Amino acid sequence: MFAEIFSILFQFADVFAFLVLAAAGLAIIFGMMGIINLAHGEFITCGIYVTVAGVQQGLPLPVAQALGALTAGIIGVILERTVIHRLYNRPLDSILATWGISLIVTQGMLVTLGSSWAGIGTPEGSFQVGEYTFSSYRLVLFAAAVLVMLALYLLFMRTRYGVLARATMQNPQMARALGVRTPWIYATSFGVGAALAGLCGALYAPTMTLIPTMGITFIVEAFVTVVVGGANVLIGTVPAAMVLGAIRTALNAWQGQIIGQIGMLIAVILVIRVLPEGVSGWLLRRNR
Amino acid sequence: MQRNASKPWLGALSALAMLSATAAAAQDKITIGLLEDVSGDIALMGAPKLNGTLLAVEEINNSGGIMGRQIEIKHLDPQMDNARYQEFARRLIKRDKVDVLIGGITSASREAIRPIVNRSDVFYFYTNQYEGGVCDASMVSTGAVPEQQFSTLIPWMVEKFGKKVYIIAADYNFGQLSAVWTRDILGKLGGEVIGEEFIPLGVSQFGQTIQNIQKAKPDWIMTLNVGAAQDSFFEQAAAAKLDIPMGSSIKIMLGFEHKRFAPPALANMHAVANWFEEVDTPAATDFKKRWRAKFPDEKYINDMGYNAYVTVYMYKMLVEAAQSTAKEDLRKVIATGEACIEAPEGRICIDPKSQHTSHHMRLISVDDKHNVSVTKDFGLIEPYWLGEVGCDLTQHDPKEQYDPNNLPKK
Repeated sequence: MFAEIFSILFQFADVFAFLVLAAAGLAIIFGMMGIINLAHGEFITCGIYVTVAGVQQGLPLPVAQALGALTAGIIGVILERTVIHRLYNRPLDSILATWGISLIVTQGMLVTLGSSWAGIGTPEGSFQVGEYTFSSYRLVLFAAAVLVMLALYLLFMRTRYGVLARATMQNPQMARALGVRTPWIYATSFGVGAALAGLCGALYAPTMTLIPTMGITFIVEAFVTVVVGGANVLIGTVPAAMVLGAIRTALNAWQGQIIGQIGMLIAVILVIRVLPEGVSGWLLRRNR
Repeated sequence: MQRNASKPWLGALSALAMLSATAAAAQDKITIGLLEDVSGDIALMGAPKLNGTLLAVEEINNSGGIMGRQIEIKHLDPQMDNARYQEFARRLIKRDKVDVLIGGITSASREAIRPIVNRSDVFYFYTNQYEGGVCDASMVSTGAVPEQQFSTLIPWMVEKFGKKVYIIAADYNFGQLSAVWTRDILGKLGGEVIGEEFIPLGVSQFGQTIQNIQKAKPDWIMTLNVGAAQDSFFEQAAAAKLDIPMGSSIKIMLGFEHKRFAPPALANMHAVANWFEEVDTPAATDFKKRWRAKFPDEKYINDMGYNAYVTVYMYKMLVEAAQSTAKEDLRKVIATGEACIEAPEGRICIDPKSQHTSHHMRLISVDDKHNVSVTKDFGLIEPYWLGEVGCDLTQHDPKEQYDPNNLPKK
């Protein structure tokens, strides 16, 4: 009995971690900044490939993973300064531009890096509960998801940068009038979002197939989590991931992956219909 | 402008001259329309297909072409998108007027273009191993089918590991029909499917699936997951210490998972194939040497690439025997039962009843260092199933796909 309960909790934690990590970067770029970033998957892919290359060069896995997140962040800042900063308040153009970037990156990687890379293998370690065995690394993923959310909260609520960033996103003109260097805020926020996407890729790199288009497998989960979470990513992402994770885990266990995926998407449609501002909009209105 | 208008016949005449010139040029060359996915989720399997065709065409052209005519390839990349498959098939057949159409990876893509091929008089070669059962006079299948892969693999797995089987399969026609085959063959052996899971394409997380398997405690798993995302199953199952033997009709020889994943993710995987790069007969070694000379960076010469290579030679043999490129003339050659070539795997022939190909089948096993060895050699196996259940393309052309649950009406 204990094994059954543990197994259900473990699977929930696993799905929750996937949703949170896939969505964290997008929550900032799309949720806060309003850029519909269709190249989100490619930032994830960037984190994956840098991590794997690092490990192949002999770096310890955690160092390679940090490098993966950092590289994605730096590329994010450069991209914001060159392309994205022209596209604020132009949502349709930003879709087109980021989609174009995504296509160029995946095809460019296919041509230069080849159609697949050899994997690096999940770090050793497993444990047994009842008749089930689990990979310990999945617990690392869950812990990382919790830490990322905690760090985001502290960054945006407890630091000077966080205050300036929130002010800029809410009212850029006023922030500028008060002396905030808003272009810098935009660039760093985009960079943080990209770095989080890179971190997601870096964390999942040992557990997955390595092909140039693999970022796409994160995209649906990332977007639905952010949309369900609503505009306030600090309040919205965690409950959104919990709701979607619970629905998906239950349906996966009951009827398999197809029903799990269908159920999750139906839940998204229902939430948007009932709570157009997402979970965070609903929470904020209740507290007012 | 005025001068041209005053002499309209001149323009017409030169246009006519150009037309006949292109007609003559078309006569000179044999055009192969090629549809292979070299980008997208399955590019890693599709790229060797394109290379196999290129290698065969280069070899044939260098040794005088087909009946003295050079071969030209018109390759389009449908990117695993079935709508693009249909658009490109129409373009190759109607606009480019290709002599023959080759290609397609997934069964979904094959079924998408088969109706288009059927409305034309172009012959179509499908070069992949697949779930079998297509009885269509316009199509030749050069890959392996279930009676060659499952009827060999499943009895061996049952004898070696046991009768309780868990199936994980991609949720589209290939996965569903291959599961039907597994259930059918297993039933006749007194085995049973104790769990079955169909996975949507693109799913990459398998935590729940792994636990379902651990709970069911099968003797072995039939893995029919498709696409790079679903291949993540192997890594995640190994990390969770899911230590259960696996069988498959598509792993190792197509997507070279044993090269892409760190050992021991694919340990204890068993598959039956007509080709895999580790085959080391003299003919196979010679073939691999030629391939590596032209494509030194190839990660793995997979079964699809091999079949694509062999298919061009198959076509050459048919055209030269028929002294024609017309579909009906080629089919007359197939009807004789003598449509055979010496392939790197050995001598293989097209079966007149089903227009499928006989193959030399071998059972391969992967050890925990990811070395591949031949565990059992089944020899040459005919594609007999369609003929047995009543498909005879020399008599009728139903253009249908059959499976054990959907047999031809007698």
